[in-house]
Amino acid sequence: MDATAEAAERDTFGAELAARARQIIARYPRERSALLPLLHLVQSAEGYVSQRGIEFCARLLELETAEVSAVATFYTMYKRRPCGEHLVSVCTNTMCAVLGGDAVYGALSEHLGVGHNETAGEPGTPGSITLEHAECLAACDLGPVLQVNYEFFDNQTPDSALELVRALQRGERPHPTRGAALTDFRDVELQLAGFFDRDGRSLADEVDGPSAAVETLRGAKLANDRGWNAPPMPDDAPLPQVPEKRR
Amino acid sequence: MTAENTTAPLTPVLTKRWLSPRSWTIRTYRQLEGYTALPKALQAHPDQLIQLCKDSGLRGRGGAGFPTGLKWGFIPQGPDGRGDDKPHYLVINADEGEPGTCKDIPLMMADPHSLIEGCIITCYAIRSSFCAIYVRGEVLHCIRRLHAAVQEAYQAGFLGKDILGSGFDCDVVIHAGAGAYICGEETALLDSLEGRRGQPRLKPPFPATSGLYAAPTVVNNVETIASVPYIVNGGSAWFREMGTEKSPGPKIFSLSGHVERPGQYEAPLGTTLRELLELAGGMKDGIPLKFWTPGGSSTPLFTAEHLDVPLDFEATAEAGSMLGTTALMIFNETVSVPWAVLKWTEFYAHESCGKCTPCREGTYWLVGILQRMLRGDGTAEDIDTMADVCDNILGRSFCALGDGATSPILSAIKYFRQEFLDLCERQRPPASRRQTATAATAMAGAH
Repeated sequence: MDATAEAAERDTFGAELAARARQIIARYPRERSALLPLLHLVQSAEGYVSQRGIEFCARLLELETAEVSAVATFYTMYKRRPCGEHLVSVCTNTMCAVLGGDAVYGALSEHLGVGHNETAGEPGTPGSITLEHAECLAACDLGPVLQVNYEFFDNQTPDSALELVRALQRGERPHPTRGAALTDFRDVELQLAGFFDRDGRSLADEVDGPSAAVETLRGAKLANDRGWNAPPMPDDAPLPQVPEKRR
Repeated sequence: MTAENTTAPLTPVLTKRWLSPRSWTIRTYRQLEGYTALPKALQAHPDQLIQLCKDSGLRGRGGAGFPTGLKWGFIPQGPDGRGDDKPHYLVINADEGEPGTCKDIPLMMADPHSLIEGCIITCYAIRSSFCAIYVRGEVLHCIRRLHAAVQEAYQAGFLGKDILGSGFDCDVVIHAGAGAYICGEETALLDSLEGRRGQPRLKPPFPATSGLYAAPTVVNNVETIASVPYIVNGGSAWFREMGTEKSPGPKIFSLSGHVERPGQYEAPLGTTLRELLELAGGMKDGIPLKFWTPGGSSTPLFTAEHLDVPLDFEATAEAGSMLGTTALMIFNETVSVPWAVLKWTEFYAHESCGKCTPCREGTYWLVGILQRMLRGDGTAEDIDTMADVCDNILGRSFCALGDGATSPILSAIKYFRQEFLDLCERQRPPASRRQTATAATAMAGAH
């Protein structure tokens, strides 16, 4: 490794990342519980989990690299090759598929010229996009759904998804249906590791992004419109007594 | 079932606050009676809260319906009732990923404080001072809302040391998963939370005695714990005014698919699909119902025959399925049953953790058989082979993932056997196989 590469490594896994890693470890009663968020942290630095990232986690948690690799390779969200600037995940589980999710995935795959877990463009460069089909994303009433960097775009069609992806390729960042303004894959991985204080931003700036779709509120709104309520609570509901010996 | 006669068709409890502006902030939450159950709970003896939960009849909302108060009561408390020598833990299963299930994510996005308040009260009841909320990683905005809510709760003195001067300490950590359906299984979730591959553990020992870090642990679903503050404030009798005797309370029913107005509808347990469909505007474009799931893909399919089955734990089981997560996926008659079953089976094969042979191998071969049938290369014996493979998975797998994988297949064969046979018919005569295979594929996409 030449001097420049060594300097780059020191930089990537440098003091700032190590400090964040120590903050993660401090959240848990036992250190090893920090491994999943640490792997998210590693992805925020490199856009995937590299061998060096695995060594970084192993060193901090005093694990063997094989133990860290075993974990990193188990979970879908840890990418083993560099990810694009944006990760586009299309739900193709049964419900979304029947509502058009397969067609959305097919249209994007054809447009980008890539298949599952492949990247159009040089990974990490502006406009590069990794495509994947996702399992159920817990938004079935809003299907078909897709996510860009884990932010929701609801009720998609092949046309709307193509328009979205073309915009991403042009360097635009359309606002998700539910979620905060788009950034990029590496930035959201830092958030998944539990850090929201980046580049002068804060959690307060992003937490108010839209969340409630019409579908989400339908039942509550219908009940409200019709004056339907749960039974009224008593003013002071008593708590049950417990045996004297326990008091 | 006296409740249905007296309560409104919809009973918003957990979903009521969702309509308020910025419902996710502590300000809105407190304006709407939020954090009023906590001081009441902290003045009580922890055992009173466990008894209250038992009296309310609250059952786990994550799919299995285990009585929540009973689960809390399993935590060993030692002779003086102050806990034994090991710490206790509360872990919230927020790894919502069962196909069709979409209730916990909107709940945590819209009203995260109801979950946080429930966590603090539950921790106090089971004598725990540490709670981890394990959220699936793919729902970033939900994770943001939880982080913000936890920060607000610390600032307001509802988390941290000596909460409201009670001497009780409690910390909550938001833990993002990394994309593995199996981590919704409680022991796999615990392994994952310990920084390992998410693979289920052999039970017993159960988490109540040997859970997180081998210490006594309660693992509960989001909707379950978010119900706790309401039960503390309203009491068990109030809670039981909704639902049925053995399945009391309100429940978020998630309607998706071919209905006019899909969405989240909170109604008393025991409500039927016919009633819910009426509220949701009926079947989309008037195309008739063909099949549906009462509670996600792991619950055996129902058909139009089952429109009047009360959706509670007992009646769904009696009718041959399970209540699961009340994820009502609704499919009209344009959808091919074998195709839908293949898509679900591919999901189970992908998500099978690989630990046990029946599930790992069984789901793999089931996908192969279904693909062959949909290509038009199947035979009638394939149906028996699938049933046989399912028989080798069901009850022989390490955890419920394998059992769940057999549900769509066995119920589809039960109600729609002819559709599988029709796929086999198409392969004859062999000369036209290529053509009919195309037809099968075309039908697969018919929607």
